[in-house]
Amino acid sequence: MSFAFKAEQQKRFKALLKQYPDKRSAALPVLHLAQEQEGYLSTEIIETLAGMLDITPASLMDTVSFYTMFHTKPRGKYLLQVCQTLSCSLAGADQLVDHLEHKFHIQVGETTEDGKFTLLKVECLGSCGTAPVVQINDDYYERVSKEKLKRVLEKLP
Amino acid sequence: MSDFQPILTKHVGVPGSSTLDYYMAHEGYRAARRAVLEMSNDEIVQVVRESNLQGRGGAGFPAGVKWGFIPKESKKPKYLICNADESEPGTFKDRLLITHNPHQMIEGMIIASKAIDCHLAFIYIRGEFAREARLLEAALSECRANQVLGKGIFGSKYDLDILVHRGAGAYICGEEMALIESLEGKRGWPRIKPPFPAVEGYLRCPTIVNNVETLSNLPHIINEGAVWFRGIGATADSPGPKLYCLSGHVQRPGVYEAPMGTKLSHLIFTHAGGTPEGRKLKAVIPGGSSAPVLTAEEAEDLRMDFPSVQAAGSMLGSAGIIVMDETTDMVQACYNVARFYAHESCGQCTPCREGTTWLTKIFQRFTNGQGRMEDIDLILDVTDNIGGLIDFSRGSFGKTICPFGEAVAWPVRAFVEKFRAEFEAYQSQEAAA
Repeated sequence: MSFAFKAEQQKRFKALLKQYPDKRSAALPVLHLAQEQEGYLSTEIIETLAGMLDITPASLMDTVSFYTMFHTKPRGKYLLQVCQTLSCSLAGADQLVDHLEHKFHIQVGETTEDGKFTLLKVECLGSCGTAPVVQINDDYYERVSKEKLKRVLEKLP
Repeated sequence: MSDFQPILTKHVGVPGSSTLDYYMAHEGYRAARRAVLEMSNDEIVQVVRESNLQGRGGAGFPAGVKWGFIPKESKKPKYLICNADESEPGTFKDRLLITHNPHQMIEGMIIASKAIDCHLAFIYIRGEFAREARLLEAALSECRANQVLGKGIFGSKYDLDILVHRGAGAYICGEEMALIESLEGKRGWPRIKPPFPAVEGYLRCPTIVNNVETLSNLPHIINEGAVWFRGIGATADSPGPKLYCLSGHVQRPGVYEAPMGTKLSHLIFTHAGGTPEGRKLKAVIPGGSSAPVLTAEEAEDLRMDFPSVQAAGSMLGSAGIIVMDETTDMVQACYNVARFYAHESCGQCTPCREGTTWLTKIFQRFTNGQGRMEDIDLILDVTDNIGGLIDFSRGSFGKTICPFGEAVAWPVRAFVEKFRAEFEAYQSQEAAA
């Protein structure tokens, strides 16, 4: 399956290239754009994007592999990311991870069988004043308790 | 100090405070207009230098002095980057400023850009802050539609645009050289300094990287003057309003604005309401998790400004204050800190890449009940190999390309040295079992 940006994304891609003083600087936003469209960054996507940015696939792969937010494998529809760093840990984040592992019968790093949820432990999300924090896709959920988490998860389509 | 009125967070919580209309109605962009239309670049640098504004990202380097490093003879384009990669554990002030008052920061960026003759500036925001990035995009669009950004801003001959650039999850990209590499589309590997970014930064051009809070101070300095700014806080050498982030075991965690040099105990017990259920204070990390931990006694009379915290053997850093009460297991807390740095080490320098992993493995032994007596000294030995002894007298940093080595070595060392008995207790429990 070959990769190409859809019309809207193609427009944004072209606009991005115009904004930066050099092509390669657009790499991170372009990777975000592709991941938004496809859900993850396959080898083929990376190869195609590298061509569009005039760099080698290996060089772009080097970039992709460095950042935790770029995914090279398919993941669940919802990425449940529980912050585990000190302030969240002091506020009980570890119990949230246990709770989610138990609830979905998956370990950290795994995806539920129906492909709906992927569970991850992440490092500091920069919201320590409202710990514990869980990020689900782009959205932050703050001062999360087991009860609040239950209500949030039930509302996800 | 009790009559201090918030300056940077004055409008936080007011509905609509993030819009251009609201900002304009509250004297918004008056300082930027003055900087662009009436002040020479040197005059702006001079005022900021005289204000003694120190960088709020963590290092506390004087902002005006940093700008002065831009080589005047250089014909290359100059770049300003706003560092919004807020990732230091315990720190959450920049997100507040971006959410509630993005135009204050953008106004600061215009002033800084004018001072260094920059025509394209960037906001490097951590990838996780997707909502905040959208908010900034909206604020910048408002600016472009109202001659605050774009060609000939405020009717002058000065052109400036600002781009939002999202990171993608990497703590190290808060370090300015790593940030620049990341902006160039590469992995965030810090470069050896010198040359400093002011000489060779983004695309090898002169570049200034300033933190969100640093930039947010600039409109007020231009409006009210350097003397006014130096008068805020306990000492004119390290002055200004400061955002303190309180988290951990406090009743009212949050961001509190107070004058530089406010007592740590005042922040914990008055602003943040003290520890829950009146439990005893045990330890405080004063400046984000790379700042060496302080005991309750050390924290008691401490003034929170750059020189005072340094004199106490720690650092003000990003003012991310993590409070730990008597219920805290210091071995677990230290393990948490060490694990964070092991995860976030960029892997470029061997002492840091290997050392952080070793530390994590040793801590795993401890928490699994398999710690050995010699492991305590082994931890200290490994920290020494990563970042050396805690020594602020050294002007340059030690064994790694960037200060990440010290950022893991020093706090771990402080935990072990100050709470050694707890590490020993982990041993003896095991020995008894």
